[in-house]
Amino acid sequence: MTIHLLYAFAGVALCGIGLFGFIRLDHLLRKLMAFNLMGSGVFLVMVGLAQRGGQPDPVPQALVLTGIVVAVAATALAVVLIRRYYHLSGQITLAEPGREPVKKPAADAHREGPTE
Amino acid sequence: MRALSVVTMTAVCLAFAGLLGLAVWHIAGSPAPVNLPGLLAENLDASGVEHPITAVLLNFRSYDTLLEIGVLVIAGIAGISMAKTTSLEDPDLRTSDSLLYALQRWFVPLMLVLAGYLLWAGSDRPGGAFQAGAVLAASGVMMRLGGIPMDFLRPGVLLRLGLALGFTVFLLVAVASALAGEAFLAYPAGFAKPLILVIETVLTFSIAMVLLALFVSAPVNRAQEPEEGEHE
Amino acid sequence: MTLWLMAGLLFTPLAWAVLTLLVDFRMGRAVTWLGILVQVLVSLGLWAAVASDGGFYYLLGGWQAPLGIELRVDGLAVTFVLLTALVAAACGWHASVYLDPGKSWHRYFWPLFWFLWAGLNVVWLGGDLFNLYVGLELISLAAVGLVALGGQAAALRAAIRYLMAALLGSLAYLLGVALIYGQFGTLSLADVTALLSDGTVAAGQTFPLVLMLFGLALKTALFPMHGWLPPAHGIAKSPVSALLSALVVKASFYIAARLWLDLGGHLGGYELAQLIGVLGGLAVIWGSWLAFRQTKLKQVVAYSSVAQIGYLFLLFPLTWGVTDAISLQAQQGITLQVISHALAKAAMFLAAGNLIMSVGSNRVDALAGVSRFLPFSLFSFGLAGVSLMGLPPTGGFAAKWLLLQASLASGQWWWLGVLLAGGLLSAAYVFRVYQASFIDNTDTDHFFHPPKSLEVIPLILALLSLGLGLVAEPVLSVMALPFEGSSR
Repeated sequence: MTIHLLYAFAGVALCGIGLFGFIRLDHLLRKLMAFNLMGSGVFLVMVGLAQRGGQPDPVPQALVLTGIVVAVAATALAVVLIRRYYHLSGQITLAEPGREPVKKPAADAHREGPTE
Repeated sequence: MRALSVVTMTAVCLAFAGLLGLAVWHIAGSPAPVNLPGLLAENLDASGVEHPITAVLLNFRSYDTLLEIGVLVIAGIAGISMAKTTSLEDPDLRTSDSLLYALQRWFVPLMLVLAGYLLWAGSDRPGGAFQAGAVLAASGVMMRLGGIPMDFLRPGVLLRLGLALGFTVFLLVAVASALAGEAFLAYPAGFAKPLILVIETVLTFSIAMVLLALFVSAPVNRAQEPEEGEHE
Repeated sequence: MTLWLMAGLLFTPLAWAVLTLLVDFRMGRAVTWLGILVQVLVSLGLWAAVASDGGFYYLLGGWQAPLGIELRVDGLAVTFVLLTALVAAACGWHASVYLDPGKSWHRYFWPLFWFLWAGLNVVWLGGDLFNLYVGLELISLAAVGLVALGGQAAALRAAIRYLMAALLGSLAYLLGVALIYGQFGTLSLADVTALLSDGTVAAGQTFPLVLMLFGLALKTALFPMHGWLPPAHGIAKSPVSALLSALVVKASFYIAARLWLDLGGHLGGYELAQLIGVLGGLAVIWGSWLAFRQTKLKQVVAYSSVAQIGYLFLLFPLTWGVTDAISLQAQQGITLQVISHALAKAAMFLAAGNLIMSVGSNRVDALAGVSRFLPFSLFSFGLAGVSLMGLPPTGGFAAKWLLLQASLASGQWWWLGVLLAGGLLSAAYVFRVYQASFIDNTDTDHFFHPPKSLEVIPLILALLSLGLGLVAEPVLSVMALPFEGSSR
């Protein structure tokens, strides 16, 4: 048991909190933040567990750096999607709309079938 | 009903954290049978850089990094595919804060220097392409908020070239080393250091471009595609 | 020679992703045709090389595992590489005719398509647990981007839901990887297996394996975590749906299967195996039933994917604690099921896209009268359906026959019910589509006729799926020992 394990256990706690937020929250941005919280927890477990001997292990640190870039990319993509979704539907949760949204006139020609 | 679901979820999450903590505790009790850090230290000299993390990222596990930049480029592509095609100017994004204007003149050059330092530091101490790229992107975000026009961020061939540049150079190095008789991504002896430096530099630029493009491309395209067979 | 083929295999999809990013849709289409040709030839060459000389490990960067990343190029991997090349070529060809070049966002289809292909190859060949994670993310993000491409609110909702499920799945997998690395100090799957087999690490933890399997099952849409799949696969453009159903869900399953076959014997247990099998069985029945109930054509096909994926998870109980012969039989059956479902489902989605294009509606009951006008696409749809039902001589039949034998030989007779009910229910939903199309409806006789090339592609795929049953023996012999590969 070294001080480094403390990081690993902090990561465990973050994973638990993040998971709760991820499945409990409906608001998409909050869900995304919960995902990032959980991601941080995973990274902490990865780094903290590997240097339990007291020696820093560069491999998981490099892996975490890669993981962070991947998480950043995924988060950015999610934010762009959520923003566009909000713009088009006015919704910020994934709940199905109760009624069909009012159809706006098409801006461009419909290709995939006759339009009548 | 609602209370019941909250209780269930809390129980699930607590159970998950408990099992995870237990697993961590058990695993921490015994040493790992493979001494990877030792193996890494033995081979560090052959990697071309002094810092072990950079060596892992750009030599030992460079394939991961190549794919990771690919993931970033995908996010960038998906981002700009949703941008307005004509203009990226969104008045909402521009602040009219005089303090920001004043600070910007000091901060932007400073941040550019910092990005350069981080890139250079990567070979023997903490730093590297991603950190430098993130700082570069941050200064771009600041310039953008301050209202400095950045025409290269319009979805045009320039933006797409910028997105692809780092990835392309990395990929060309990879395939060139394979064609030279070595394996994919195996740098020829003696060339490791300069090649890693070149890759890091273009990656910094590309990472900054992707992050900035994702920030800027948030404005929304009104044109939309109907579902197949759905009448408008 | 094989080293050149490997370089080509790794390089081409990534390079073509960049090339097509720089040009517009029409140019990208021409460039893609060339790339498809190269990639199919390289995949064929590699397959032939492995078929004659056996599998090998390819050291990326020249570094051995555990320091570097090794690719495992064995018979099974190259078979899936070749399958991917075939299906992706068909979908790419179909998309090049199907997508409207006039819409500005369609130019981004090609780079995403190529990145998706690259990610699939990463997964088939991957032997490093973390590298597999990056490959999975490459696939997920490209797939989500394709679903959302130019979409309306409903498509975006489906894409976001898909992304959230995929992210949670990846994170669970990564957490498992973190624990495995913490315990073994290596990320190479082969090393971990060796450490467990020779007793260096006496008692491994089950929890990391459970975490990884949970994450991968979520990404594969195993019942009851299948909720994200039908909206995403149903609302994407048909060539995209075909790619997603035929290949993308198989990638996460492939990793789960390899983890199970390598580590399951040491870290798994009877209860875990049976639980996963039961979920698979429920997926077959519930998915088929929901497919029967759908009113939209592509939703029928999407729910059918949920059901067909369920069969794959029978691998878990049928390979745990049984003799090697039974395990091999089950592995062969599952491999055939993966291949035949990939071909049949791609054919089905592409044919469904043609039908929708032709009648101008995505509803099943709008197909009335189409049987007089579009026999080709309808025929392809039916042929693919025959393979899903598991009638002889299709690939689906050969797969289910092997699974049936493995269930009986291992004394797990209860899977027979799943195999039987699944076949009957899939017959029901395929016939329902047929019935709708044969209703004579006199007031709709102005159908849009899709170009001939669109009709030929699903037909070829459906015929391949049909013929797979006849050539099952040679196909299986190439992967002589599925999931095993050459020794290091």
